[in-house]
Amino acid sequence: MDIMREVEQRIMPVKRKLNFTIGDTVRVHYRIVEGNRERIQVFEGIVIASDNKGLSKTFTVRKLSFDVGVERIFPLYSTRIAKIEVVRKGKSRRAKLYYLRERKGKSAKLREKGPKAEKHSVSAADAPGEHAGDAESAGEGAPSGSDQQNES
Amino acid sequence: MKKALIGKKIGMTQYLHEDGTVVPVTVCELGPCIVVQKKGAQKDGYAALKLGFSEVKELRLSKAIRSDLKKKGLKPLRHFREVDLFDDSLDVGSVVTCSIFAENDMVDVTGVSKGKGFAGVVKRYGFHGGGETHGSTFHRAPGSIGACAFPSEVWRGQGMPGRLGNMTVTVKNLKIVKILEDKNIVLISGAVPGRKNSLITVRGR
Repeated sequence: MDIMREVEQRIMPVKRKLNFTIGDTVRVHYRIVEGNRERIQVFEGIVIASDNKGLSKTFTVRKLSFDVGVERIFPLYSTRIAKIEVVRKGKSRRAKLYYLRERKGKSAKLREKGPKAEKHSVSAADAPGEHAGDAESAGEGAPSGSDQQNES
Repeated sequence: MKKALIGKKIGMTQYLHEDGTVVPVTVCELGPCIVVQKKGAQKDGYAALKLGFSEVKELRLSKAIRSDLKKKGLKPLRHFREVDLFDDSLDVGSVVTCSIFAENDMVDVTGVSKGKGFAGVVKRYGFHGGGETHGSTFHRAPGSIGACAFPSEVWRGQGMPGRLGNMTVTVKNLKIVKILEDKNIVLISGAVPGRKNSLITVRGR
């Protein structure tokens, strides 16, 4: 396999590294050739997956276009990609975000990473904590109530 | 006379062209091959070259091959194939490398295909078979092979189940996409018979 890896390194047309992670919002500047003319089309969306297949490495970008989900798979080392811009760092704990396909609106969004995002995440983490506390107290209350009933 | 080299299949990957098109390619290690024998019209009745490939420990060879190579002053080699005498200037001991081919050359590749074992007619000959559901009782069987009154015999060439693969197969008209001469690596578009590390013969057209 080492020969394969070396060959793939040698024939790689562009040396490009993933400057984003899964969950980031990116703008992919993609060259489109129409006859002799060449123009650049921008595809902006969330990176939901990446397949590591050596030279054939690809990443999947999902966006909502007029409320219809559109996914596009780009070969990372393609010369057709002019530029990849990172618009927003998304916080994600998974490598494949296929669950976003079933979500709409606000729940289809990811929290932002970074110092500013941390503040958000702290406040967001507080809220479920409170809920959890409520649930615990309710849970304590219910058995005690039932005990009383049994006693009586 | 067709230029030819022997080598081994390494694996498959993709080749991305400058314009963005992607081609599936097989990575092959071709040569360096050493001419082991030169056959001539006078002595053997036809002209040919016997090429040897892949160095090996001497003790792995049979005594006949070992002593033959030793007599000619050659290194011990593992694989041998006979090819056309494509270059008369070659003689015993001369080395042939993948530089005989150029990018965009068309070639034929011969190798031993992967063995599939005992296969039915659907896999082996592409028979359509029958429906799996909706009350069908005919699934993957070969069906009628000779009818009744006519032809009342089984015609020659009738497809039957049996061993599939593990045969010498030639895939014709494949394009050489890229040559990495220092590594003896040639990228050939499309698939090539055999598993990884199997011996292949590549002939020019």
